[in-house]
Amino acid sequence: MKILVCISNVPDTTTKITFTDNNTQFNTNGVQFILNPYDEIALSRAIELVEGGKGTVTVINVGEVNTEATMRKALAIGADDAVRINAKPHDAWFVAYQIAQYAQQNSFDLILTGRESIDYNGSKVAGMLGELLDIPSVSIIKKLDVDGDKGTVEREIEGGKEVLIIPFPFVAGTAEGVAEPKIPNMRGIMSARTKPLNVIGAVELKTFSEIIAYETPASRGQVKLVPADESSKLIGLLHTEARVI
Amino acid sequence: MSVLIYTENAGGKFKKSVFEAVSYARAIADQTNTNLVAISIGEVTNEQLSTLGKYGADKVLNASNAQLKNFVNQAYASVIAEAAKKENADIIVLSNSFSGRGLAPRIGVKLQAGVADGAVSLPEISGDKFTVKKTAFSGKAFATVQLTSANKVIALIPNSYQVVEKTAAGTVENFTVENKESDFKAMVKEIVRSTDKVSLPDAEIVVSGGRGLKGPENWGMVEELANLLGAATACSKPVSDAGWRPHSEHVGQTGIAVSPNLYIAIGISGAIQHLAGISSSKVIVVINKDPEAPFFKVADYGIVGDAFEVVPQLIAAVKEYKASA
Repeated sequence: MKILVCISNVPDTTTKITFTDNNTQFNTNGVQFILNPYDEIALSRAIELVEGGKGTVTVINVGEVNTEATMRKALAIGADDAVRINAKPHDAWFVAYQIAQYAQQNSFDLILTGRESIDYNGSKVAGMLGELLDIPSVSIIKKLDVDGDKGTVEREIEGGKEVLIIPFPFVAGTAEGVAEPKIPNMRGIMSARTKPLNVIGAVELKTFSEIIAYETPASRGQVKLVPADESSKLIGLLHTEARVI
Repeated sequence: MSVLIYTENAGGKFKKSVFEAVSYARAIADQTNTNLVAISIGEVTNEQLSTLGKYGADKVLNASNAQLKNFVNQAYASVIAEAAKKENADIIVLSNSFSGRGLAPRIGVKLQAGVADGAVSLPEISGDKFTVKKTAFSGKAFATVQLTSANKVIALIPNSYQVVEKTAAGTVENFTVENKESDFKAMVKEIVRSTDKVSLPDAEIVVSGGRGLKGPENWGMVEELANLLGAATACSKPVSDAGWRPHSEHVGQTGIAVSPNLYIAIGISGAIQHLAGISSSKVIVVINKDPEAPFFKVADYGIVGDAFEVVPQLIAAVKEYKASA
C-alpha cells in the first residue's frame, strides 16, 4: 500500500494573529510554525496503516524552503520519504494542482490530507485532488480503516455520521478521531536526518483567487457581570436586552 | 447568466441553513440582475421543493433517481456542475456544511471556478471580480478573497446570513443527468442521524462545558439547560481529549468553529485555541468561578461563580421564563 500524505506548515495554535502592510500580509514575525494538526492526524493514521512493512508513506508539501523543518518533523514521526514542490502555495487550487501532477506520476492507493489547514481553513485540497485525479474524495472523516484494496471511512454529517466503503485509490481529509497524533521518538528524529527529502519544481498555473486583505474580529464591549446569587437575572437580560432567547 | 444554489437536504428536509443560503444567493442574483435557480438532489417531496420559491428561487431543479438517493460527493458534484452549464450559471452558491465542503472544491475544478469557502457576507462586485469575506485562522481573523475567474463558487457559513422571505413562488422542474459509472465508486453503507438533538454546526444556541465541570457525570445539567433552550451541547478540547465527551462536540481551533446567536461557556477558561472557534458567536456568556479567566475578556455577559450553583439557577429561570412566555 502506497500512501501520500499532504502536509502544510501553519502557525502554532497559540499564535496571536496580526497583519502588516496595511492588513494585507499575515505577520509571521516571531511566529512558530508547526505541522498542521489535522495533517498530523492523517500522517499518524497512515503510519499505523503501513506498520509491519505493509507499505510506504510519502509526505508532500507545496512550499518554500522554510517548510523543511516541518517536513523533517513528519519524517521523524515516521514517513518514509518527503517531497517538497518548491513554490509559494498561492491558493488551494494551486496546491492541489501541483500535488495532482506528482500523484499522477507516482500512483498512490490512498491520499490523505488534514480536513483543513488551520490558517486558511479552506478544506478544499482533498476535493480538488479527487476531481483532478478523477477519483472519489471524502472531505471530513472521523475514522479510517483499510481492508484489502478498499477503505471504510466514517464521515461527519450534521448531527450524525455516514459510513462509506470506497475502493482504492481515493482521497480523504482527516479530522480528530482518525488517529492519536504520534510524537517522534529519538530514533525517529535521528533517522529523519538521512531520509530522502526531494525538491521538485512547480508547474505554471493560472489561479482564480487571491487574498487581498485581512481583518481581526471586532472587539466586544466590556463584559456585563451578573452577580452569582442573582444568576437567574441573566435569562431576562438574554431575552430583553440581547434578544437571543 | 444566472445564479445556481445547491439546496442540500437532510433526510428529505431542508434545514434553516439552506434557506439562509437561498436568501443569500437571491441577494447575489439581485446584485447581478439575474435569475436564481435552485438544484435539489435526492428524494425531496414537491411540497418541500416548492418552499424554496419563498426564499427567492425562481426555478427549482429536482434531480432524483435511485442512484442519487444518498449523498455521493463525486456524483452530486457532477450533477451540480451539469446544472450550472445547462442554466448558464456562472455563480454557484452552497452551504458550507460538511457535504458542501466536499462539493465546493470538486465543482470549482469542474467549472474552472475560483472557490470562496467559509463566506460570511455578501460579495462586493466590481465588474467580473467578486470580493468575499471569509473566516481565516480558524476564527482568529477574516480574509477578503478576490475571485477573478469567470465562474465562481461560494460556500456560505450557516447562521451568518438572515433568512429573507419573499412572496414569489418558484416552479419545480425535473432535472435528469447521465452520471458516469465512476461517479459512484464510493458506496454509502450506513447513515446515522440523531433526530432528537440539535446539530452543533447548525445550532442557534450552544451550551458548552469545560474542565471546570470536573467529570462527564456532571453533564446532566449542561444537557438540561441545552434542551430547555433548544441548544446544541459542545465542549472544550481537554474535555474531548479526556473522553468525557465525543470529538464531534469539540469546539475550537482544531475542532469545530461555530457561529451561534448565543454561546454559553460553562467552566471553560478561554484558551486562545478555544476562543478561535467561537469568536463569531453573536452573544457570548461566560460562567466561571475564576474572575481572572481570559474568557471574560471576550464575553458579553459573565457570571463569576461556581457552575454547580449557577447552572441550576439558570435552569430554573429558563423554566420560569418558558412557563410565562
